[in-house]
Amino acid sequence: MSTERALEGVGGWLDDRFRGAKGFRTLFRKIFPDHWSFLLGEIALYSFIILLLTGTFLTLFFQPSMTEITYHGSYLHLDGVRMSQAYASTLSISFDVRGGLLMRQIHHWAADLFVAAILVHMLRIFFTGAFRKPREVNWLIGITLFTLALVEGLFGYSLPDDLLSGAGLRITAGVLQSVPVVGTYLEFFLFGGPYPGNDIIPRMYILHVLVIPGLLLALITAHLFLMFHQKHTQMPGKGRTDQNVVGAPLYPYFLAKTGAFFFFTFAAVALASTFAQINPIWLYGPYNPVGISSGSQPDFYMGFLEGSLRIMPAWQTVIFGHTIAWNVFIPALLPLGLIMTGAALWPFLEQWITGDRREHHVLDRPRNAPTRTAIGMTTIAFYGVLWLEGANDVLADHFDIPLYTTTIVARYAVFLVPIAAYIITKRICLGLQRKDLNLLEHGVETGIIRQLPSGEFIEETRPVTEEARAVLMSRHEPLSLPAATASDASDASEDEEAVPAPDMRGGIGKVRERLNKVLNESVPMTGGHGDGYGAPHGNGAPHGNGHDAALGNGHGDNAPAAVPATGDHDTQPGS
Amino acid sequence: MSEFNAGGLPREEGPPRPDDRPAELPDGLMADDPAVSDAPAGPHRVIGTPPPAEARTMLGLGDPGGPGAEPAVQRELPADPPDLDRAKRAERVVAACFIVSMLAGIGFIVAYLAFQVHSVTAALHSNLALGTAMGITFLALGVGATIWVRQLMPDVELTEARKPLASAAADRQAFAETFNEGADASQFAKRPLVRRTLIAATLPAVLAPVLLLRDLGPLPRKSLDFTVWRKGLRLIAYGSNRPLRPEDFDSPGGMITVVPEGFQDDFDALAKAAVIIIKFAPGELQAPTVLNWTVNGIVAYSKICTHVGCPAALYEQTTHHILCPCHQSTFDAPRGAAVIFGPATRPLPQLPITTNAQGYLVAQSDFNEPVGPSYWERS
Repeated sequence: MSTERALEGVGGWLDDRFRGAKGFRTLFRKIFPDHWSFLLGEIALYSFIILLLTGTFLTLFFQPSMTEITYHGSYLHLDGVRMSQAYASTLSISFDVRGGLLMRQIHHWAADLFVAAILVHMLRIFFTGAFRKPREVNWLIGITLFTLALVEGLFGYSLPDDLLSGAGLRITAGVLQSVPVVGTYLEFFLFGGPYPGNDIIPRMYILHVLVIPGLLLALITAHLFLMFHQKHTQMPGKGRTDQNVVGAPLYPYFLAKTGAFFFFTFAAVALASTFAQINPIWLYGPYNPVGISSGSQPDFYMGFLEGSLRIMPAWQTVIFGHTIAWNVFIPALLPLGLIMTGAALWPFLEQWITGDRREHHVLDRPRNAPTRTAIGMTTIAFYGVLWLEGANDVLADHFDIPLYTTTIVARYAVFLVPIAAYIITKRICLGLQRKDLNLLEHGVETGIIRQLPSGEFIEETRPVTEEARAVLMSRHEPLSLPAATASDASDASEDEEAVPAPDMRGGIGKVRERLNKVLNESVPMTGGHGDGYGAPHGNGAPHGNGHDAALGNGHGDNAPAAVPATGDHDTQPGS
Repeated sequence: MSEFNAGGLPREEGPPRPDDRPAELPDGLMADDPAVSDAPAGPHRVIGTPPPAEARTMLGLGDPGGPGAEPAVQRELPADPPDLDRAKRAERVVAACFIVSMLAGIGFIVAYLAFQVHSVTAALHSNLALGTAMGITFLALGVGATIWVRQLMPDVELTEARKPLASAAADRQAFAETFNEGADASQFAKRPLVRRTLIAATLPAVLAPVLLLRDLGPLPRKSLDFTVWRKGLRLIAYGSNRPLRPEDFDSPGGMITVVPEGFQDDFDALAKAAVIIIKFAPGELQAPTVLNWTVNGIVAYSKICTHVGCPAALYEQTTHHILCPCHQSTFDAPRGAAVIFGPATRPLPQLPITTNAQGYLVAQSDFNEPVGPSYWERS
């Protein structure tokens, strides 16, 4: 009955020509797992769509020209002031085009949201291990998207040619100049001659409205296609395995949900643009290379670069008649390079360290990968310190701290806070693992105290639910690396041929083994009440420090550890 | 409902929810529910959470329904939510949301027509009206759609099998053979002459786009080493464009920005030639300030920060510190603008000034070193 309805008319017409019935049926039933954190990528996607829509509107009115004109427009404070056409047309969009101000502000807010959503989305991917095989390529695409988004944002907010963004361009020029050997050439080629020239706005414009959005669109398409093709990851839970996807079908559930979410995103950005002014360029005034305002802050996503420039000590080398401006070159490239390169290499590094080349579709809970989580928090701390330092003048002003003190503190904090973040995060993760084990072994505290006939008081517990149990048990013992040396191997099991695995020989093998121990540090799944490390258990003979005894150094198969049995806990009451 | 709860968090403790229990589903549903009606296990619908042991194929995998007379698809989604009264209420709420959205959309049109712009206040009012209407339009749509999904559509959780991503060995083998056949047929591997000349042919073509970028700008050559300042060029106050005499500074005090006369509108020139001048009391100026380059305690420094080129625009009179607002490089004005804090490596270059026959401040020459940020060719 409904078959006829679905296939008559347009549907039938289309299917006669394209044969889509089977494919679309499969598509309709494609399963989308649910978790709030899966919405982060959607926010980024929808911000991008909003950017395309509002951006197209803005191009209808914006004039990307640095030709100087004398302004006689609606904004009377600047009447008679000389300014570029870019700036004048931005004023005109704001004050002479109905809805123009709204579109400008939505565009700007959506850009900030776009970058912010990408950032948080990336963190989600990292912390849950969603970058693991088979999704490494999509992770790399994501990193490229993030980098492009930063450049796109920088170019975008520089286009109005106002005094604030002009300072950003000036810094960009100065940073380019600092590049050894080719720096001045880069600057002159970008700006069409000495800074500021007359070319930079039109050049940034075409990059901003065509080239980079084109790349973004292509990469986003690839990103989504791969996500679609490889199917979505899922959070651990009852019935969820690496061999299935559990959730609601695309049609109608996901379509309706994601449609609603698009509207929410648009509503949030529209309301922000209504009630929270952003980038009031008319207050900054048109650009000139002589003026600047204090408290110049770039958009938030450039803040960490700004902070990194601020904390850098004044290092410079003059060698063979050439100047190397470490004070600019290092802070401009190193932090971003470190984070991006580190992020790009991490999936492969982790694979190499763990020897885990299996497909992973069930996500890790961050606590179950303590070292990875700690490294993520280290990165956040590093980024965060630089970002705060990027606003150190604001902080100094608001909290009455001497300005230089903030910078001096940041110079130390940029090293110390990440280290502290690493240690603290790891402790928290291990603590949460113990808590999970405790829940599994002893159940949930009910708060009911009972007196036993013997007079002893006990608290009743009840076992965790099936669903919770599945989540708690989602942690697996790590794979073991191939045996490093013959002696090690014979130590542990007799069926190992005493041939060292080729990967594990030599210095690199040693490094890998060390890294493996650090990366796999976890509370043992079996044995004891979460008393941590060192308790040798099973038949794996601990080699070396007891710290690592729990790390699956047995060379046999390392099947996911058995459930901590409840039987051996004679102290457990009421079960 | 469980849509947004199905992830990593343990489900709330408590009695099983009605919609998890097939037995409580409306009758119409039970008929074609294999889990309830003991029908032969066909393609599978799972309500709630399926037993993990049965990771069952649902889609496009294996045998699609068999060759026989079975209906193409068994119903996997319930047609109605379990609680129809509740659904009825939800329906009204959803409809109300959509009506609100429609009204707000009409409001947007009205606001567009009613609120004119062309002044700051008017533009702000228009923005407020349009933005509020647009925000409510989308917000109400979003809320309505969400309630629709969560309250009206029956709760469902399906399980789809995941194929291993790698192709089957046979497929890989077939691919390799096809690929090799093609490679053989193309003669690409067998005929190195063709291969190498092809590669040789593409190289210049690849270089061409790079070459075409050459005219993006002139070469820097020595242009960064110099500014437009030259002997006798008058210093004029930026903004008022007034030439200055030493007598204009009757007492030591603030900092003013000056530019070379005739270049006040030339941004390319100003980007390097902007200068700040400060008047000091006698005896305040000390080495390494070059006193021969000052006039009656008036000293001129480049305004372009030696860090990355922002205008060093802040001056603290009590401490005589010049501060660049971008990255807070701080220069000690009475002592040759030496760096006392921040990332800048070099002092602000001092412009040699004097007075001309008419008593106006003029430059003695250009700066004797490049101004602004460091660069490779700078020695």
